[in-house]
Amino acid sequence: MSTDTVQYLLRLGDNALVLSHRLSEWCGKGPALEEDMALANTALDLLGQARHWLSYAGELEGAGRDEDALAYWRDDRAFRNLLLVERPNGSYADTMVRQFFFDAWHHLALQKLCRSADERIAGIAGKAIKEVEYHLRRSSDLVVRLGDGTAHSQQIMQLAVDELWPYTGEMFESDRVDEVAVSAGLGFDPAALREPWLMYVQEVLSEATLRTPPIGAFMQRGGKQGRHTEALSYLLGEMQSLQHAYPGAQW
Amino acid sequence: MRPRLDAMEPSIRQVWDWLAEVADPEIPVISVVDLGIVREVTWDGDPSRECRVTVTPTYSGCPATDVIAHAIAGKLKERGVRHVRVDTRLAPAWTTDWLTEEAREKLRRYGIAPPAQRATATEHIVDLSLIRRRVDTSPPVTCPRCGSTHTERVSEFGSTPCKALYRCCACREPFDYFKCH
Repeated sequence: MSTDTVQYLLRLGDNALVLSHRLSEWCGKGPALEEDMALANTALDLLGQARHWLSYAGELEGAGRDEDALAYWRDDRAFRNLLLVERPNGSYADTMVRQFFFDAWHHLALQKLCRSADERIAGIAGKAIKEVEYHLRRSSDLVVRLGDGTAHSQQIMQLAVDELWPYTGEMFESDRVDEVAVSAGLGFDPAALREPWLMYVQEVLSEATLRTPPIGAFMQRGGKQGRHTEALSYLLGEMQSLQHAYPGAQW
Repeated sequence: MRPRLDAMEPSIRQVWDWLAEVADPEIPVISVVDLGIVREVTWDGDPSRECRVTVTPTYSGCPATDVIAHAIAGKLKERGVRHVRVDTRLAPAWTTDWLTEEAREKLRRYGIAPPAQRATATEHIVDLSLIRRRVDTSPPVTCPRCGSTHTERVSEFGSTPCKALYRCCACREPFDYFKCH
């Protein structure tokens, strides 16, 4: 198996792992008990998915790294997640808009991966998509409720949309890793998701009385290649601290 | 102490019966077999025969998965099976359609409303028009205590990944709903 496939799996696994960690930061601090539980459960789903992707990446790599080694013993430059998922939680509006943008992409991506020529990839995706469908239903609903809520909630939702928008472009860009995955029949062409994603997001935003930022706006990039914002370094600093203090510690 | 089955190899049927005694760690009224997560039981290898149990997780991140594998191996060893191996299989993905009728009845008696519809009927497409109009097309969830269908959802998530929180508007009792998945 090529290192490109390992990279491809790391991207999928790191997206799930980093967003899962972000959501877990809300645990015990949610604006309502129901929201707290929902975010913790979503985080748990994503963590389970991350374990499947990273385990497979470690096996293909063949260097003896398991899911834990990949999660706890890589530096920020070795992470391959989208910049979007590492963005700080901010307010609840920021968290829900980030979730909504990602869920809408994740759902489309998993639909494609369910048809992967690699049985294991298709199996993980087939499992994950049922969970992500629930995530997307919930985040779409909340975007509508908060956007089309009070004047204040609408205002901070619009701010969140505008601020996170530049981090969405990366989801549809391809590089060699994507191209190799497409030609091997393992993965999908990111550009093919742009149109359906945009259609879905625009409809939900308009129902939420929120403005969709200009399509041709400047977009950030680099997460998939390991060039991250400093937000990821702090996140990893916390997530990895225990293993770094007590290497090999187990429950 | 039960006699150990060193010489004889228990039948597959027998192993399934034993597995039906392994309770789900989070919903102890139903067994792992009731839950539909045990997918296959086989005898492998020669000469040291190994009993291989294939299990599928309910949700990707279900924290009970490891506990369940441990409980299965423990139960079979207690019954005298020397070599046990528990494998995980993801595809086809677990669905609440695999809950046995008996499991649904047990859940109801325990105070958890079983899934209100078949999961395989639902496509993996989020219908935007439903979100827009806030129409809930899912069949009503029946209160496991009084049987009323006049119930409402309190939270989309509950105490475990597989459940949501509901309340009954007739008898006023809150209850868990085993989500259709």
